[in-house]
Amino acid sequence: MLKDITLGQYFPGNSVAHRLDPRTKLLMVVAYIVALFSAVWVVSYGLMILVLAGCIAVSRVPVKSLVRGLKPVLIILVFTGVINLFWTPGESLWHWWVFNLTREGIQRAIFMVLRITMLIMGTFLMTYTTSPIRLTDGLESLLGPLKKLHLPIHELSMMMSIALRFIPTLIEETDKIMSAQKARGADFESGSVLQRARAMIPLLVPLFISAFRRADELAVAMECRCYHGGKGRTKLHVLRYQGIDYAALFLSLVVVAAVFALRRFGL
Amino acid sequence: MEPIIRVDHLTHTYGQGTPFCRSAVKDVCLDIYPGELLGMIGHTGSGKSTLIQHLNGLLKPTGGKILFHGRDIWAEPGRIRDIRFKVGLVFQYPEYQLFEETVGKDIAFGPRNMGLEGDALRERVEEAAGFVGLSPDLLDKSPFELSGGQKRRVAIAGVIAMMPEVLILDEPSAGLDPAGRDSLLNNIRSYHAATGSTVVLVSHSMDEVAENADRIAVLADAGVVLCGTPREVFSHGETLEAVGLTVPQVTKVAMELRRRGVAIDSAIYTVEDLRRALDALREGGAPC
Amino acid sequence: MNDMIQTKSLTFHYPVEEGEPAPDVLRGVDLTIEQGSFVVILGHNGSGKSTLAKHMNAALVPTGGQVLVDGYDTAEEENTLEVRRRVGMVFQNPDNQIVANVVEEDVAFGPENLGVPTEEIARRVRQSLQAVGMEDFALHAPHLLSGGQKQRVAIAGVIAMEPMCIVLDESTAMLDPSGRREVLETVQRLNREKGITVILITHHMSEAAYAHRVIVMDSGRVAMDGPPAEILTQVDRLRQLGLTAPPTVLLLSALQKDGWDVSLDALTVEDCADQICRALGA
Repeated sequence: MLKDITLGQYFPGNSVAHRLDPRTKLLMVVAYIVALFSAVWVVSYGLMILVLAGCIAVSRVPVKSLVRGLKPVLIILVFTGVINLFWTPGESLWHWWVFNLTREGIQRAIFMVLRITMLIMGTFLMTYTTSPIRLTDGLESLLGPLKKLHLPIHELSMMMSIALRFIPTLIEETDKIMSAQKARGADFESGSVLQRARAMIPLLVPLFISAFRRADELAVAMECRCYHGGKGRTKLHVLRYQGIDYAALFLSLVVVAAVFALRRFGL
Repeated sequence: MEPIIRVDHLTHTYGQGTPFCRSAVKDVCLDIYPGELLGMIGHTGSGKSTLIQHLNGLLKPTGGKILFHGRDIWAEPGRIRDIRFKVGLVFQYPEYQLFEETVGKDIAFGPRNMGLEGDALRERVEEAAGFVGLSPDLLDKSPFELSGGQKRRVAIAGVIAMMPEVLILDEPSAGLDPAGRDSLLNNIRSYHAATGSTVVLVSHSMDEVAENADRIAVLADAGVVLCGTPREVFSHGETLEAVGLTVPQVTKVAMELRRRGVAIDSAIYTVEDLRRALDALREGGAPC
Repeated sequence: MNDMIQTKSLTFHYPVEEGEPAPDVLRGVDLTIEQGSFVVILGHNGSGKSTLAKHMNAALVPTGGQVLVDGYDTAEEENTLEVRRRVGMVFQNPDNQIVANVVEEDVAFGPENLGVPTEEIARRVRQSLQAVGMEDFALHAPHLLSGGQKQRVAIAGVIAMEPMCIVLDESTAMLDPSGRREVLETVQRLNREKGITVILITHHMSEAAYAHRVIVMDSGRVAMDGPPAEILTQVDRLRQLGLTAPPTVLLLSALQKDGWDVSLDALTVEDCADQICRALGA
């Protein structure tokens, strides 16, 4: 049921990838995306595949779970593939009705699908090896300079980590309310779209009320534990770049530079 | 007597085929008889929540069967909703499921889903509210203006209004103060007496089931470990303590007295019983 | 000074719209709670016991009278932080007071807010988790713990702030018997070994037996106040206040009515059996 849904799943582990500073991983993902979108031809794509394979090997995340992560975007993948396959202008190989298969289309479809697949696998690799709380810490620290512009960076990251904390609780609650209403004969599974939307009211109203109540109680509990915003706050885990972080960042730069160079030569 | 519900070698395994697979109930057999008030007791994680969600078809067995009046409730999966009207289930902290604008409408949700309308529906709602001790003037109020105890009563009335043949209540008194607890349990007892329907009272308070139930089923480690009248069950005080349940205080006193050589029945579970037993003992002039 | 908390003719009503009546939830409470004591506050729902508890760490401030925590007046806003670092609060619903999704991070939340240096936070987290017996769960996700375990994490989160006093506001109400026992044994140990003042708000009579002092609230006032043996044996008075005396006391009281020569102050099974044996032997 709902409990089986995984959001931003994290696989605890102790690989090099797990030990990297979250900021390093965030920056690496940025570099990876830049490189991926700069790749133009087989050589650069080949390089990127090697890079991804290397990262997967280092992280020891099972490839199967990365592939499973693609399931929700399967439709987008197929859609992108088909569009590019049949509607790219170029040397026609096969023509039927509005479908026009071209040599360029095949090329583009392969590259596009590859790009999206690798984009998703790469970012998932980060969330699989970084606990949500460290990820938030990393974001807060990276975006820290924006505090000078009076942007509420601490508040945003606090909200994000609390949201992450409450996702499982609220999923459990949804499950419970759904069962309770089903026990009173509620029917969530049949009927027209309108009927189904109406059937959600007995689920959503209690869920919202309970979420507000939780928020209220949590706010009081936080204040009672002396929370008064980000000012003067210290941290249990302070982020510190290690040697390995510098090495990883340097390697990322090398990859980006390499892809840029290959691009110049149209490779 | 024919059981109204028969749990026949029920097994439920969560997350089958994954490394997290776990049996919440394993090979459970249990008969529930028409008109009885069955107490079901077990600590958290004993499988009682999973078991009761099978009785009204919210969960589907991964092994075994649930028979209602002798028929497998999953024989026609399309008609499982009818079972939910006949076997009413009140969840733990049911006040969190309220959603309608008025108390009356919320209580009417179940019977309306059954297809009731107009006067028949209104009668049902009023009757159900009466059973849980809600005064009629509350029916037009918003459920969110009520106190916690009253909200819980509204939620229970919402299930009673379906007039189920079997009413299952999961920890109906959890979190209530002693006065609220006593009055709610009184309401449940008088509902049981007035309608003659079957009631299953799930609890982790021994005192609560001891005072109310005709029969008690004790769950532990995904199975039924003891089942019988309160006298029978509490005569196994040691077994109960071994599965992590605390016997009623009064039973503990009786057990302690027996340990000290007082010739007293240890299957005692109310203050009145122990008082009578001790009075009788004193008349007979028993030494300590 | 060894008064932890002092209330002086404390009254309170919740804010209402202009022109509406403002019913007092607390109606003149005078209490002095000594440093190092274990106090249980009993009362039926609506007796004002929870409202009283929320005054002890400035979660609510009096509408009349005064509350002093370790000498600090809770009504002064600049005292709020000082009050809250002295009096920690554990609430009813364990799910709604856990902030982080790793146990150790949650325990660290209080000290982080107080600006405690990193190494010191790590030491406090370790010690607090040890004090509640949850050190093996430091890296677990809180939502997968049992109710009793969650409340112990919440207690650890409070003692990591090194308070002088812990207030448990119906923290056992949603727990099953074994979870309740876990929590009670934990706070009892903290009280005994670390001298932390414990104030436990509950409606479970059996929990009163753990206390040095029992206070019974009724309609916003202190109705009874004394050691457990004195309070829990007043069967009829408790019933009037919507509470029930422990079964052992009820039994002895019933026997007394039947002409047995027993006294009522037996709060444990052993004491109760002693009384009965003595009377039978006589």
